[in-house]
Amino acid sequence: MRVTFTVNGRQQEADDVWEGESLLYVLRERMGLPGSKNACEQGECGSCTVRLDGVPVCSCLVAAGQVEGHEVVTVEGLADYAKQRAEHGSCGSGACGTSIDAAKQWEARPADSQTGENTELSPIQQAFIDAGAVQCGFCTPGLLVAADELLERNASPSDADIREALSGNLCRCTGYEKILDAVRLAAARGEGQTAGQGA
Amino acid sequence: MDFLRPASWEEALAAKAEHPTAVPIAGGTDVMVEINFDHRRPEYLLDLNRIGDLSEWEVGEKTVRLGASVSYTKIMENLRAELPGLALASHTVASPQIRNRGGVGGNLGTASPAGDAHPALLASGCEVEVESLRGRRMIPIDDFYVGVKRNAMEPDELIRSVHLPKADGPQQFSKVGTRNAMVIAVCAFGIALHPETRTVRTGIGSAAPTPVRAKEAEDFLAAALDEGGFWESGSPIPPSVAKQFAQLASGACNPIDDVRGSAKYRRHAVGIMARRTLGWTWESYRGNERSAQCA
Ligand SMILES: Cc1cc2nc3c(=O)[nH]c(=O)nc-3n(C[C@H](O)[C@H](O)[C@H](O)COP(=O)(O)OP(=O)(O)OC[C@H]3O[C@@H](n4cnc5c(N)ncnc54)[C@H](O)[C@@H]3O)c2cc1C
Ligand code: FES
Ligand code: FES
Repeated sequence: MRVTFTVNGRQQEADDVWEGESLLYVLRERMGLPGSKNACEQGECGSCTVRLDGVPVCSCLVAAGQVEGHEVVTVEGLADYAKQRAEHGSCGSGACGTSIDAAKQWEARPADSQTGENTELSPIQQAFIDAGAVQCGFCTPGLLVAADELLERNASPSDADIREALSGNLCRCTGYEKILDAVRLAAARGEGQTAGQGA
Repeated sequence: MDFLRPASWEEALAAKAEHPTAVPIAGGTDVMVEINFDHRRPEYLLDLNRIGDLSEWEVGEKTVRLGASVSYTKIMENLRAELPGLALASHTVASPQIRNRGGVGGNLGTASPAGDAHPALLASGCEVEVESLRGRRMIPIDDFYVGVKRNAMEPDELIRSVHLPKADGPQQFSKVGTRNAMVIAVCAFGIALHPETRTVRTGIGSAAPTPVRAKEAEDFLAAALDEGGFWESGSPIPPSVAKQFAQLASGACNPIDDVRGSAKYRRHAVGIMARRTLGWTWESYRGNERSAQCA
């Protein structure tokens, strides 16, 4: 079957999709977006986490056909997504998350490469690097998407909030401490930037 | 395989009538695992995501009508006051990503004895609204689980919603697992005090071939509370009563040994959870809210 949906702001189409195929497979194998990782294919590890209409989900557990006409953001589009959010203001209202309308208006500004190379990093990506939160890196894309969504909802999360938000993402390397540091760092930097804006 | 995408409830019923073997897919958190691992190759997948009504809920005067696909996240965020037991249970399911997709309809469809919604549903005394082209029926939750991973639905039926009485008293849920997140219950216990009818209902997960109630424990406790005038006085429950309740709850189990735990451990743990959750709910009935939410 043919499946059409929006990925990182651009409409994408995939043909000959098998009906039982996951969104993760379509992203990686048909759309050339290997950022979302495949480690378990059973929802346990979170390395395939993407935003589906703004909501973090395991893309390995979403059937491709269920995404028809919907909006997906992957780690490849995260930097652009975060940038547009910063420019257009995000949620200071308490009604958090990205509305479908807002997601529809958003379009990635294509860099040279579709895979997101040569684009600026989002604050959460930069924080992961600065805090040393990446070792083998396999868990990183999923963690970035989950952590970015947390900070969108909750600009100054407690440690308990961070642990809860990242509880669906496994990392076999870091022991998580540096990952927590990275999220705290991104939150602190974000607060520095929005100080005085009442966010 | 064919992928069916009905745009309305009526279309979904028609599709299910035409293809009774079609596998409905809501959040996909059970179905997709089976497909990814080649444990299941259905001829038809019946996607329910386009039916908006299934993701909505209505709070009525006495009951909450919970659409089959309302996610656990939405239950936790929106229905904590009306359905505290189910909201607590929802919070223990897997991870945020899974809770964003999975819901009660899928838990009921799978009908695993380990499904976390079941103890709360049993304790609330809800009804499951199922429908086919032949008509609609309300299945009392006590009649819903009929065997290991089997429920009372006919092949042409779909779950539309669950009708749960709004909590009329404190409710609790407790689950034993090896860690806090992303864990299938070793065993679980749900309890709901129903001061209006002076009854107590319970639900046990992962300790019998199906989710079950601890009926003898419920009857014993209701009689003890009644005879002692506890509902009126709000006095503390005597340890002997709590102990007997726990023993009867243990006795309601019919568990197996498996990788997650032994039968003996499960019986023991269910007794402990029964005693603790009774303590928590009763304290809160007496007006002393528990400060910490964890066991
Ligand atoms: C990593 C991981 C961890 C998990 N942890 C837990 C846990 O801690 N506790 C727990 O209880 N569960 C857990 N689960 C299982 C799963 O998330 C739940 O059972 C969830 O409630 C399923 O909901 P769903 O909408 O995703 O169901 P789906 O996968 O879409 O469907 C599940 C079943 O129900 C049927 N179905 C769905 N909707 C309907 C309907 N409206 N009418 C008729 N049939 C229907 C489907 O055909 C299928 O047989 C976990 C799953 C994963 C992948
Ligand atoms: S690959 Fe999807 S959760 Fe592990
Ligand atoms: S850095 Fe290797 S799994 Fe997390």
